[in-house]
Parts: sequence; C-alpha cells; structure tokens
Amino acid sequence: MDDFTWRVGGPQGGGIETAATLFARAVGKGGWWVATKREYHSNIMGRHSYLDVRLGRKPVASFREKVDMLVALDGETLARHLDEVRPSGVLLYDPQVLELTVHKLPMLDHRVAEALSERFGKLDPSLKDLLAAYVESGVQPLPYPFEEVADRIGAELGVPSLQARRTLNTIAVAASLHFLGFPLEPLLEALALQFRGKVLELNQSVAQAVYREEVPKLSFQLHLNGYEPGRVYLTGAQAAALGKLAGGLRFQTYYPISPATDESTYLEAHTHFPGADVMVVQTEDEIAAVTMAVGAALAGAKAATATSGPGFSLMAEGMGFAGMIEAPLVVTLYQRGGPSTGLPTRTEQGDLMFAIRGGHGEYPRIVLASGDIQDAFMDAQKALAWAWRYQTVVVHLLDKFLASTGQILPQETLKPLALDGERRLAPKEGKPTPYARYAPTEDGISPFAPLGTPGVFYWMTSDEHDPLEHITEDPVLREAQMEKRMQKLLTARKEIPLADQYTLFRDGEVLVLGFGSVKGTLLEALDHLEGVGYLHLRLLWPFPEITHLLEGKRLVTVEHNYSGQLADLVQQETLKRVHHRVVKYNGRPITLEEAVEALKAVKRGEAPGRIVLRKGV
Amino acid sequence: MVELKLTDYKADKHPDWCPGCGDFGILSALQMALFELRLDPSRTVIFSGIGCSGKTPHYLNVYGVHTLHGRVLPIAQGAKLANPHLTVVAVGGDGDGLGIGAGHFVAAGRRNVDMLYILYDNEVYGLTKGQAGPTLGLGEKTKSLPKPNPQGKVNPLLLAFASGYTWIARGYAYDVKGLKELIKEGINHKGLAFLHVLQPCPTYNDLHTKEWFAPRLYRLEEEGYDPLIPPGLPPEALEARMARFQQKALEWGERIPVGVFWKAELPTFEARLKAYLPRYPEAYPAQGPEAPLDLEGLLQEFAL
Repeated sequence: MDDFTWRVGGPQGGGIETAATLFARAVGKGGWWVATKREYHSNIMGRHSYLDVRLGRKPVASFREKVDMLVALDGETLARHLDEVRPSGVLLYDPQVLELTVHKLPMLDHRVAEALSERFGKLDPSLKDLLAAYVESGVQPLPYPFEEVADRIGAELGVPSLQARRTLNTIAVAASLHFLGFPLEPLLEALALQFRGKVLELNQSVAQAVYREEVPKLSFQLHLNGYEPGRVYLTGAQAAALGKLAGGLRFQTYYPISPATDESTYLEAHTHFPGADVMVVQTEDEIAAVTMAVGAALAGAKAATATSGPGFSLMAEGMGFAGMIEAPLVVTLYQRGGPSTGLPTRTEQGDLMFAIRGGHGEYPRIVLASGDIQDAFMDAQKALAWAWRYQTVVVHLLDKFLASTGQILPQETLKPLALDGERRLAPKEGKPTPYARYAPTEDGISPFAPLGTPGVFYWMTSDEHDPLEHITEDPVLREAQMEKRMQKLLTARKEIPLADQYTLFRDGEVLVLGFGSVKGTLLEALDHLEGVGYLHLRLLWPFPEITHLLEGKRLVTVEHNYSGQLADLVQQETLKRVHHRVVKYNGRPITLEEAVEALKAVKRGEAPGRIVLRKGV
Repeated sequence: MVELKLTDYKADKHPDWCPGCGDFGILSALQMALFELRLDPSRTVIFSGIGCSGKTPHYLNVYGVHTLHGRVLPIAQGAKLANPHLTVVAVGGDGDGLGIGAGHFVAAGRRNVDMLYILYDNEVYGLTKGQAGPTLGLGEKTKSLPKPNPQGKVNPLLLAFASGYTWIARGYAYDVKGLKELIKEGINHKGLAFLHVLQPCPTYNDLHTKEWFAPRLYRLEEEGYDPLIPPGLPPEALEARMARFQQKALEWGERIPVGVFWKAELPTFEARLKAYLPRYPEAYPAQGPEAPLDLEGLLQEFAL
C-alpha cells in the first residue's frame, strides 16, 4: 500500500494521543512519511477524541476522508465513526463494548444518538447493530479484547493488572501493526523514543508479547519503506516556537488559551538550551500579554506573544499602541472556531479580516500566514525580522489544524534564515539629549533607539505626536506622522521578496486561491485535477500585487470560514471577481476528497458560487 | 556621566494641567527625586497611563513612555524585565490603576518586579470632566456629578497589600518635600513599591480639597509607626503588624496618615526567574542572544 490512514479513537485523557505518536514514530522508524491530525474536545478527561495518522511514501500534509483502519478504544468511537472506514478497511474493537447501547454512551452528542436511532429504526440501537452496519459497508471487523490481552500479558510477565492496563495504548498500536504484518523492530525503537527505564522495558515486553500471538493475515499489509536518517516528527506549534528561537526571540508573553498555549509552554520548557534562554511570562490576561511584550520590545528585546480567538480580540488595543509608537512586535495568532468562545479546539480561518483590520484607527501592520509546518518555522523567523525591519506589528497567522498536526519532515528543511535589516540609533556619549525618534524619513523607517540607549532620551506617546513624540493635535504634524507610519507598508511591499508574498504552484484556467493551512490539501488535490492551478498567498497584508496572475481565469477561493474572507479581500484588492467561494466552518479540516470534488465541479462548470464543505466527525 | 543640575531634569514643555492641580506637586517631587538620586536620564524611564497624570513623562528629561489607559503596569514591567538595568517608575491616576487597570494592579503585586508605581488619586476622571473614580466613596457627590456616587470605593493600600506589594506608602501632592523622600525610598526599594498620592483636583473635586486635607494629614512616623517587616518575624508578631497596617490603611476622616505603611523583603520577580534563566539578570533579553542557538540540540527530541 502506498497510502494508508490509521485512526485511533477513545476518551480524552485515555492516552490515545500517546498511541498515535507511537504509531507515527513506529512507521516513521520503518521509513514512512506521516502526518497526524488531532481532533479533541475542550475537556480534560472523558470526551471523545481521535487522531488520524496518514502514511505516504513522500512527505504528507493532508488527510483522507475514509480511513483504512479504525482502532476503537471505547464504544463511543464505534458510534461516531460509522461510515468513516473505507470498504474492506478494518475495524479493531474490544468485543466487550458490544454489550452497550447508544444511550449508554453519556458523552455522545444527542444529535448523533438521534441520527443513529433513526437510521436503525430503534429507540436505542445496540453497538451490535452498529457493528453489523460496519460489516454491511464492507468493513472487516477484528474483535480484540484490549483489557483482557493486557491482563493476560501482565500475568505472563508477572505485572499487576492495574500496571499492565497502563500499556493499553502500546497494545493497541502493537496489535494494529502486527495485524498489518509490519515488523516489530521499528515499534521497539519508537517505544525507546517515548519511554525510559522500567516503563520502557514493560512496554517493549508487552509489544513483544502481542507479536508472539497468532493473528489472521489482513487483505492488505504494511511493509517497510526504507529508513532514512535525518528526519524529525513535530507539530506546527513546535515548529513555530523553534522558528521564533531561530529568529532570535528573547521575550514571550502569553495567557493560557487553546490552541496557542502549546507554543509558549514549549518555549518555557526549553530555556536551558544555548541560545534558547527566552524569558517567558504568563500574564494575567491577553491585554497584559500584548502590552508587556511591547514594553520588552521598547527596551530592545525581540518580543512576541501568542494567542487564539478571544485573546486576539483583547489584544487589539495593545497592537494599535505598538503601531502608533512604532514598536517591533510579533503576534502569533492560532485561529480557532469563533465567534466568542466558539469552538476552542477546532480549526478555522475566521480571523483573516480581523488580523488585517482589527482595532481602531489605521496603522501599518504586516500579516503573513503559514501553509504547513515547514512554513511555520520559516515564517516565525520572517515575522520577527520584519517586525524589527519595519518597527511595527507583524501578525503571524496559523490555526488549530496546523498547530496540532504532526508531520515527519527532513530535518534539513528546518534551517535558520539569515535575515537582518534593523535600523538602530548608535549610542552617543556625553550629556543625554533629546532624540527626534519620529522624524519623518523617505521610506518611513527611522532609527530605533531602545530605552536605555546611552546619550539620548525621548518620549513616546499613544497620542498623535510630533517628531520628539510630544502630544500634538496639529493637523500638519498629524499628516506627517500618519504618512510616515503608513509609508512603511509601501516600503515593506517593495522590499519583501515575491517568493515570500505568494507562490503560484501551478497555473490553470481555473485558478484556486488559498492561504494558510489549506495548502497541503490543495497541493495534493492538484494531482487529481487538470486545468486547475493553485496560487498560495503567504503575505496577506500589505496585499501582494497579483492582479496580473488572475487575468482571464475562473477564480475559486478555498478557506475555513463562513463568508469567504479571502474572496472578499482578493476582490477588494484586485477588482477581479471570485467566481466560486469554497468554504468550510464546521471546525474540521478540509479533506482531500472534498477539495477534489468541489474543484472538479467548478472545472466542469457545474458548481454554484458558494460551495459549503460539511465533512468531518 | 556628566554632572546634571536639577533643572536638567525638567523638559522644555509647558504642562497643560489646570492651575492649582496636584500634578504640579508630584511632578516637582519626581524631578527632585531623580536629581537627588543622580539618575542617568538615558537609563531612567517614566511610564504613564492615560489621563491628566499620563502627561507627566512629557515634562521630564528622561525616557518617557505615555502608554494606554490602564496598561501602564504591564508595559513598564515588560521593559524592566527586558532590561533590568533601567530605573523604572510607572505613574497613573486612580481610574487608570484601580478602574480599567485593576487586574494589572493585582497581578503586578504577585510578581514584585523591582520598580515604583505612583498612583495619583484625585477620586475623579478629570480629563473626561469629572466622573466618579474608583476611590470616590459611596454616596459622595462632587460638583461634577449629577447624583451621589452609587458605587463604593476600593482602598488602594489594602488592595496593594492583598496583592503582594512589598513597599506600600502614601504621600500628599502638596507636600513636595515629603513626597520626594517617599519617591526616593520607593525607587531604592528592592521589589515593587506602591506610592499612593492624595491629590486634590481643584476643578472637579470640591469635597477633598487642599483645605479639607490640610488639617487632617499626619505622618505615621510621628506616632512611632514602624513599617519595616524584618524577615523571619514570628507569626503572631506578623499578624499584629498586619492588623496595625490594616487599621492605619483604613483610617480616613478626622485623621489621615501619610508615610510608609509597609516595607518587606521578598525575592523580586527577577530573582525568581533564575529558576528558568540561570544567567538572568546578568544576561537579559534586551541584550540579544548570549550564544548561538543550539537548533541541532533542540531538534534531538523530534528526531526519528
């Protein structure tokens, strides 16, 4: 098999994430490239969560609609993922859940329970009914009593049941791989990456015990793919954190919020590495997070903050302050489903317009969006460099999907960039004198003097100001300062290399436009489409000059929001009509099949102007 | 550094406060304190919030950052943490610090960053024409209010205490010399110092005027009040000191105390950060990276 997706579902806090990481590392050790998608509730323990590990013979960055193998660690998984396994795919489940009925699954959404009742024509269908439906759709059921196996192996190894059952995840992964005919060795190596000492010994013994048991051979098998060293497996949030370090970050603030927090906690945990001694401050709210970062930037530290949804709303005023006093600031925005608290742990691209426009008044801000994990690493560096080059706010857009998706990449793709271009005032000697920090310049950029620069002092104010930054309401001085600040946008658009502004991956009579995390899916979709091109936007503001690329094309946008914000932006900036808006706002990432189907319909000329994608569990 | 005169600390900018405003007294006291401490203007930063008090930095010849309404404390803390060699003074009004910025006021106490915060308390929002501030008492009606204040007041000293400020004092805007001494002590204090300044607003506050305050104010030290809390004080002794602090902090009406109420030693946030950043504060964020990034080392945990 060249393309394989393994899904594991179970209660949150039950270790399914550990299981997916183990599976990904085991097949990774066996030479496969993988991407891992994580779907979870805003909950600590008990609610349904699942992960997909998709394998490919080259780096993978998108996900399929149907999985090849579903491992159900509880009954709820059976209920939620009916119709999600491809015909002749495999369902690995614990037969003891068959005793349950749909109404005995307390965390199952009523909507799902009612749909099942209707489908089976019963008030309370049993999980046996559900299993029959899997079988009817061509799925091969594989009963596997996880807990019983744990107890049996525990007894064999002389380990108490409670301790043996802690290895259920290893058992689930080992059983899956064993059924698939995958060798044991990579799994043992993967366990060594995950555990240490006695825990490792136990888990390795358990895996070996699972492999000793006879299992039926499946109709499809997973072979080794030729191991190559020099590969890494990491998530988007980790890549963004590493990119910030590579970009010289020295100060990071945050207030806990999903899904942005992963980045800051990664940084907090790694300050002992040379060059990574970033001061990370957990603040009382996002207002303090953004303003404290501005304070640190004013003192000369490369500073950033990271947030999501509601936190970004709170930052609007602080960002405007940074824009007004020309402080270099990076805000990393992990978008999630909005509005309000919305879907805290689900993906969306609903903050595009807010990132560009949010806040009162106008100031120059740069907005860039990362399309995949490598981009996240590169873009975090660019964001810091641009903030310091243009002495203003840079919003780095990511989303929940990208933040929590894991991917195997060649390590060499994560290379530090050599970026510079800061303009600073040289320290002076003698009695300190006022410095006209805000004297207008041709390109809008004036030498920055961090607080504490010897020999000078000056004032800054959030009010409109004169070149010394004393308050003024004079109309002429106002015009001069507004023009100085806004000039920086024109300068940035001129200086930022086109390769950092957009990439035309392929041209076509139908031209798809996208930004951010739709990149991986759309690039793979191109393999299944003819006459369809893809223009991926990296820089969203200042908006790149792309009008010439759109001439005479049938334009389609694909994005994760309700209204088609990118479509609006493209129309506003290019005066070209976007003919089709493909949108998705149920919090689940666009699948490969959805994208291909929608774009085929566009190509055939059969699609409406607005296409809503609704897949996902 | 070149020897500076008192006048060198005064900016060539005319203050636009109302005649008789308490801000003038605070500004003079600040100017004198900076001069007497011989502070280097290029290493000293005055941060301010928004409101009449927010204009203070513009009138002093040191680095000045006139920030946002209510956000002066996080901004000042960010700068101080990024460059611990800066002398940082944050100033703001009662609405700025205890109304819109109250959350930051509390959180700053929990951290104990080494700086001074001066709260100008005139009980009204002057710049927006005299609405009730968070320190105006329940039922009080200044001439600028159409009806008596339906909201109660917060006690700044008690809130500072509850939040963990390690130096808590009160001064009076028209007692410039006394205020100057308090500012100097607050700047020299290791940790977060809070200076509450009673400040008449001659335009909008006709209740608590210069004439009202003058006969009521007295100095704590006149009564032999000792603010110093020595480390290792036994619990009963500490409780007694806390009770005395509370009694003095609540004293209002016939007699109103000024002076230092509380002075304790607790590790600063800078010192606490050593657990995360062993080379801090010798090496600090504003300096840039100390060593090239060990990206190889960091990527180890992700290697397959």
